[in-house]
Amino acid sequence: MPAPFSDYEIGAAYDEMFRASGRPRTHYKNLYTLLLNLPSDELYRCKKEADLSFFNQGITFTVYGRAEGTEQIFPNDLLPRIITSSEWATIERGLTQRITALNLFLADVYHERRILKDRVIPGEIIYTCKHFRRQMHGVKVPRDVYISVAGTDLIRLPDGRFVVLEDNLRVPSGVSYMLTSRKVMKQIFPTLFRKCGVRPIEQYSQALLSTLRSLAPEGRSTIVLLTPGIYNSAYFEHAFLARQMGIELVEGRDLVVHDNTVYMRTTSGLQRVDVIYRRVDDDFVDPLAFRADSSLGVAGLFNAYRAGNVVLANALGSGVADDKAIYSYVPKIIRYYLDEDPIVDNVETLLMTDRAQREEVCGNLDKYVVKAVGESGGYGMLIGPHSSREQRAEFREKILADPRNYIAQPTLALSAAPCFMNGRIEPRHVDLRPYVLFGEKITIVPGGLTRVALRKGSLVVNSSQGGGSKDTWVLQN
Amino acid sequence: MLSRVADSLYWMSRYFERAEHCARVLEANYNLMLNPSKLSTAERWQRIMASLGIAATASGIDPQSAMISLTSDPDGEASIASCVAKSRENAGQVREQISSEMWERLNRLYHQVTQASTGLETDSDPMGLVAAVREGSYQFHGMTDATMNHGEGWQFIQLGKYMERSCALPVLLDAYFSGAGEADVLDWVALLASCAAFESYCKVYTADLRPDSMAEFLLLNPEFPYSVRYAVERMDAAIAAISQTSRTKATGRIERIAGRLRASLAYVQIADIKIGGLHRYLHNVIEQCSSLHSAVQAVYIDYPIQSALEA
Repeated sequence: MPAPFSDYEIGAAYDEMFRASGRPRTHYKNLYTLLLNLPSDELYRCKKEADLSFFNQGITFTVYGRAEGTEQIFPNDLLPRIITSSEWATIERGLTQRITALNLFLADVYHERRILKDRVIPGEIIYTCKHFRRQMHGVKVPRDVYISVAGTDLIRLPDGRFVVLEDNLRVPSGVSYMLTSRKVMKQIFPTLFRKCGVRPIEQYSQALLSTLRSLAPEGRSTIVLLTPGIYNSAYFEHAFLARQMGIELVEGRDLVVHDNTVYMRTTSGLQRVDVIYRRVDDDFVDPLAFRADSSLGVAGLFNAYRAGNVVLANALGSGVADDKAIYSYVPKIIRYYLDEDPIVDNVETLLMTDRAQREEVCGNLDKYVVKAVGESGGYGMLIGPHSSREQRAEFREKILADPRNYIAQPTLALSAAPCFMNGRIEPRHVDLRPYVLFGEKITIVPGGLTRVALRKGSLVVNSSQGGGSKDTWVLQN
Repeated sequence: MLSRVADSLYWMSRYFERAEHCARVLEANYNLMLNPSKLSTAERWQRIMASLGIAATASGIDPQSAMISLTSDPDGEASIASCVAKSRENAGQVREQISSEMWERLNRLYHQVTQASTGLETDSDPMGLVAAVREGSYQFHGMTDATMNHGEGWQFIQLGKYMERSCALPVLLDAYFSGAGEADVLDWVALLASCAAFESYCKVYTADLRPDSMAEFLLLNPEFPYSVRYAVERMDAAIAAISQTSRTKATGRIERIAGRLRASLAYVQIADIKIGGLHRYLHNVIEQCSSLHSAVQAVYIDYPIQSALEA
């Protein structure tokens, strides 16, 4: 291929930009032409300008497991990932269907449990789920909405289809990177941006605010964002969203509960709080109801919540629907509640609780990706083809010791997109995390976070594991 | 505004002012100590400690370790390094509330101090660090005024700064005017320099360094930023502004304490003070500042929930 694509190799994975060597897909033609005509040092300059902009805005995340509070600039790739309007339409319909069904599932699990009585899902798998909250049984949540904010991870298979890799229904993060990288890209490629006709995403914060507001009781609307504090990996995002929405950013110690009513301590006295967009995990929100050693939460919050005096978004216990073992039942869940076929498919998933499937996986660990069901962020994961003998032995033992805690998926070739790496354009594997908002209605801003595995050949896109991001452009038509 | 946020802004500002004050005092005395004096080195250090409100150990003071304990010691309560670190820690809690210029300036100073501190133990000149802190503080306050909304948060920053100053200056004055031993001209110059007051004093009283005039200037001058009266008046103004924005009704007590202190400094004369004794007067100022601090905490920051619900 011509420079700057001379080192670009199209592999077995679906290539986002090229149909074949030297033949870009139609919706990438504008970008392709631009890159061919750009002087080589111009891309360098753009990259520098973009990095500086991220640095100055302090767009960082914290990596756990190293020295406490190690902040890093979030690596952002210069080249946008482009999605056509018809591809997006399918994604949008598919995610709307999926969230609607998962939400009905949660309402059912915490009330009548019809799906268990009808034996569509074994009850055992629900009750053994780490994120199932017994305390939520019979608790009425406003509008019956459990999942107000979801970040669903999609990947694209070699045949070009998008499939769901996992649902993040507890406290999904990353949306601030989507919004800030768009802002930077507009500065860097204004002409290309206009030429392509990119649908806007800037309305996300307003949409989130109206989603939260739609959950508030009639006539009351003090909304706050509850953060675990400055040492949390997503603190930048919490502060960013609070500022964008113009709501107070609070920590557990700012809130008090009296008479089942939640207040925040302000210099003007106690002010009643109606909706809490909580970015704290279930386990930590209330030391009286959940983990007693939590200092991040508010004592008495759960009782106030159960009394209907405060709204939490997402609802407590929503994690039961994004458990990776329950994930394998989502197609059944969709058929059960909506009587429809899934628009966006699942990835084939093997349950380790099933003896035959377990034996298949344990015998061929080098071919599978094994994941702990309740983990996220790329922690507690084995990628078979890239693992060592010791790692596989370790996982085999873990699986046999606690089969309910693990699932396995065949190693999938995530699609690849062009990235600007040290002066050359090379393909890297990517996924896509669109953000779904669910209040009065379901809103999905056209776009999302495209995460990039920056290491050559790597399939791990998590920011905590050396991943970066790209701006995602959904085209008008 | 969240009480926690107000508290962090207040302490960010107080600790920064404490670091600046310590830097000024050290700078002034370091220069002084280059000259010979009737007093021994240990006695001079004793006065430095006293003027910073630090109880000196009875047995003599080792100059080298005293200098480290006031500048680079990261664990020392009073050291410049720990004050700057605490100020930054508080700022970090409320980064969204202050301007990025303020954060960057404070952060830069913190790194400068940490870096310089590691070099200090090898007997180098600590004055570079001390000067950096003093200049950093002036710039930080300039940026605070220029880049931040002058709303409730800004008022809490002012309150912290002038509260610290109102508490620290009387301690300093007490060490010089009530302390044992006779002060010579150079000691008086050091006192004025500790408050960045030498030039300003001379403009009002000429270079005639009379103890009464100096006490009057540093205690009662309404225009000089490092006089007790000036600091108390700024503090009173911040308190009035805060109680106007806040919807809390319990602000009466705070305003009463602040107003009484302000009035006392505005209408008293140095001759009246000397009748009852300067030492007693200064201690009264410190006590009132401390009850003002407690009242602010009790009304805005750490109030009991029960009383807030009834109000």
